[in-house]
Amino acid sequence: MTLKLAVPSKGRLMEKTFAWFGERGIRMERTGSEREYAAAVEGAPVEMVLLSAGEIPRELAAGRVHLGVTGSDMVRERLPAWEGRVTEIERLGFGHADLVIAVPRFWVDVETLDDLDAAAWDFRRRHGHRLRIATKYHRLVREFLKESGVADYRLVDSQGATEGTVKAMTAEAIADITSTGETLRANHLKVLRDGVVHRSQATLFRSLNADWDDAAREALHRLEARIGTRR
Amino acid sequence: MIAPGTQKAAARVEAARLLDAFAAAGALLVEADILQSADTLLDLYGEEIRARAFTTWDPLRGEMMLRPDFTVPVVQAHMADGAEPARYTYAGEVFRRQEVDPERAAEYLQVGFEIFDGSDPAASDAEVFALFAELLAPLGLRAATGDIGLLAAVVGGLRTTKRRRAALLRHIWRPRRFRALLDRFAGRAPPVSGRAALLAVADPFEKAGPEVGLRDRAEIEGRLAVLREDAAQPPIGAGEVALLDDILHLREAAPAALGHLRDLQVDAPALAPAVDRFEARLAALQARGVDVETLDVEASYGRTSLEYYDGFVFGFYAEARPDLPPVATGGRYDALTRALGGGRGIPAVGGVIRPGLVLEVRR
Repeated sequence: MTLKLAVPSKGRLMEKTFAWFGERGIRMERTGSEREYAAAVEGAPVEMVLLSAGEIPRELAAGRVHLGVTGSDMVRERLPAWEGRVTEIERLGFGHADLVIAVPRFWVDVETLDDLDAAAWDFRRRHGHRLRIATKYHRLVREFLKESGVADYRLVDSQGATEGTVKAMTAEAIADITSTGETLRANHLKVLRDGVVHRSQATLFRSLNADWDDAAREALHRLEARIGTRR
Repeated sequence: MIAPGTQKAAARVEAARLLDAFAAAGALLVEADILQSADTLLDLYGEEIRARAFTTWDPLRGEMMLRPDFTVPVVQAHMADGAEPARYTYAGEVFRRQEVDPERAAEYLQVGFEIFDGSDPAASDAEVFALFAELLAPLGLRAATGDIGLLAAVVGGLRTTKRRRAALLRHIWRPRRFRALLDRFAGRAPPVSGRAALLAVADPFEKAGPEVGLRDRAEIEGRLAVLREDAAQPPIGAGEVALLDDILHLREAAPAALGHLRDLQVDAPALAPAVDRFEARLAALQARGVDVETLDVEASYGRTSLEYYDGFVFGFYAEARPDLPPVATGGRYDALTRALGGGRGIPAVGGVIRPGLVLEVRR
């Protein structure tokens, strides 16, 4: 049990992770009572730990787990300079969600980031404060907007019901995860044409900071042979 | 092995030496709070400051930031009760979040010198630069200089609408958006698909859905009017775009740069006052003993890193240590004082030296 693999502790992400490994001959299951976070693995020399998907990036960065499955958005949002701390072993093909910038559909004059920037300019002069964008993905959105050269906006934190902030007048636009766009449409919002910040999916990451002794490397070797990611 | 804390103690001694030198040049010693209003900094720099500054929180004052530099508090203090002309010096820690490079320091000492004096900007620019050059001379650093006023002057003189000029000026410090705007105004970028139809239709709100949020119908109609007006404008001419590109890529020793600028001025008379200022500054630098013959001038220098620097800008680099950030940086920031003063500006120029880097280069 030299190789520690962190897996999301609940919900569809956990189930689909189990299924993904199951299809590759590695049986994973929760053990103990319904509420106990314990798990077992058969078919690979791996110890599984169940963690909240949002905490897995931190554990990978600290090297307390060797491998982890979580959304690629989580890693990019929570780990500055993530490429120097983890590497992607495989994109797992589920848990798809796009982080997008959306504005009211009523804003017929705004279709692109260029428009958003111009609208923010006028908005700030008219209202005396920056155009507010509600999100919980502060780093990703800030870097994206910086890269695109959008000015005169401000991020406001929204940990839930982000699509409702525009109607509630606590933000003028939002940046949030969407998979089907249903909630955006229901809240009279539209995605900017060039407003996709990141296309996220569940990804198997390898920590660069974990203790990769011979036994751990050998275990990874065998695991990768099993799941077919050795290249 | 250097004992822990020794480097910092040595940097403090160096800071005191620099502080004395600035005081001897006539500067008044000032202090600034470490905890600064996050609102002020966010209003000035926008969300990007969050990536560079440490944000903390106080139950009564709300969000605060550990000072990322001294410029803002020094300008505020001067505006509140300073008399002109004024020279200030200060020394202390500044705090910078490092999200990209863990090797970069998150706290370090800065020693600064600032001049608030509108009587002779060229002389003030030269005074700051010459003082820095003299103090740093033993280190054999390379000086880089620039002048954002040149680019601003070309933009200000473009034969196009006021709105287009203002839009470009607003993004002088964001090269990518500046380029995108320029391409659009020059007719080199494809128009947004569906835009022409939207501007032509009788009721643009027909399929818009309900009005939600603070940005109301009148604002959107206002921008549609601006877009219609803009669509009717001829593109910015290729000659003017070429001139902008020429300025953006200007990188020569000062005398050649001046000659080049005088040539460009023939086709762009709006550039003349900025070139005059450039020439006056060179004369002032020379009068202060700076070797302008070999002084590097790069018109785009400081454009991405120093928002609100709108005139002369400079940096001192250790060429043998490309891993180090600049040992000193500075420039003219009249635009910052205008933003802080709600439109009321004070001509201001200054710079900072990092004593810790001085020691590292000297070693």
